[in-house]
Amino acid sequence: MSRFNLNNSYKAVVIGGSAGSFQGITKILSQLPKTFPLPIIMCLHRLKHVRNGFVEALSIKSVFPVTEPYDKEQIKKGGVYLAPSNYHMSVELGNYFAMSTEEMVNNSRPAIDITLGTAAFVYRDKLIGILLSGANRDGGLGMKQIKDRGGLTIVQEPTECMIDTMPKAALALTKIDYVLKVDEIVSLMKEIDKLYAK
Amino acid sequence: MVQDIDIADLKRITELIYSKYGYDFRNYAMSSFKRRILRITELKNLSIESLIKKLTESPAFINEFLDELTVNVTEMFRDPSFWRVMRDEIIPGILLNHKTFNIWHAGCSSGEEVISMAILLKEMGILNDVSLYATDLDVNILEKAKSATYYAKNMDLNEKNYIRFEGKYSLRDYYKEENGKVIFDKNLLVNTTFRKHDLVMGEIFNKCDLILCRNVMIYFNQTLQNEVLKKFHESLFKYGYLAIGSKESLIWCDVANRFLVANNEEKVYKKIKD
Repeated sequence: MSRFNLNNSYKAVVIGGSAGSFQGITKILSQLPKTFPLPIIMCLHRLKHVRNGFVEALSIKSVFPVTEPYDKEQIKKGGVYLAPSNYHMSVELGNYFAMSTEEMVNNSRPAIDITLGTAAFVYRDKLIGILLSGANRDGGLGMKQIKDRGGLTIVQEPTECMIDTMPKAALALTKIDYVLKVDEIVSLMKEIDKLYAK
Repeated sequence: MVQDIDIADLKRITELIYSKYGYDFRNYAMSSFKRRILRITELKNLSIESLIKKLTESPAFINEFLDELTVNVTEMFRDPSFWRVMRDEIIPGILLNHKTFNIWHAGCSSGEEVISMAILLKEMGILNDVSLYATDLDVNILEKAKSATYYAKNMDLNEKNYIRFEGKYSLRDYYKEENGKVIFDKNLLVNTTFRKHDLVMGEIFNKCDLILCRNVMIYFNQTLQNEVLKKFHESLFKYGYLAIGSKESLIWCDVANRFLVANNEEKVYKKIKD
């Protein structure tokens, strides 16, 4: 019997992270089942004026290739997407991405709140939101929006985080479904894979 | 404070602006448009209903509204590698065939890219041989662009970009500082014509050798991107160049096969067919 209450109607996984999240992200991406049924949409804080390198670093160990999508690119199963540097990345109705160069949000561009919030709007209760280690409050509001729209919310166990400001911000704003270590997040992803295989 | 806006209310706003003022935002990308409207309600302390009322009853409000609605976040020499490609590949390519040529900055906002281009051309020694056209929908921001005046606090980033562009001098050589603001040398803009132009509703007004429209069409949906790209295609001389943002692509538009990729990394395309 699983400790998680999951179903097989999710449409996407969205992940936010900042300082101290690289290791956790890498672990999750490297241990995904090859049949993982959902697109993974990531918004990670990154250097604003370094366009190259990050996606390559994430791809090294990832089971699926990681890409920085183009504006209006369709979101597909098997896609692992990373918000590009110096752009906000939104999910639009119709299941595609849109980029923008609007003002920074929470001192960040890309801002996690924007990616999470727009994904929550589009996918409603069919979304899984994960927020990892980070040194500012970006993502907290986005997690609340996911929860408010009926999605499943997960934050990294604060004691495991290099910097726990980000998951704690989410915990303060809404009732998070699961507070998990990265290894447990990996187990949850594997369970989701099994649910879709049936 | 307004927390969220229904799509139905967004539609009411775009229909109102279209029928009353002739600006067409009906094909704007939804999520950023919604954020802009939310931002306006926050800045002006309005509810959605009072915003609609104000747009209906006070025509003078429209310019202020457009100024906040359009995204005016930009940098000088944004993506320095793009500007190096302009200087080292694209513009020398144009110069092979033309001694004088035209550049159109479509959606120029507060003019940072126009200044960047003028500096680049000056450093190439050809500023006087080039006519620049800088257009935007927002008349307030055009005034700002014309003034070539910027906040000193933003210059750090611009200076860093300029250094990575590997310019000949220091960005400081091109402006003077006064009361927390910097004013660029007006000579940089002597060949620049600023004019109001609406990419969506406006007619083609000139033929160009190079069009820069970076990170403008990201605010449009694909239908509108397609329409605007047709206009750009028509506005270019054969073998002219179109530069778009690093996360934009021509791949899925109707005119794609009339362009060749001139530089994929920096998203510069060359018109090869009429």
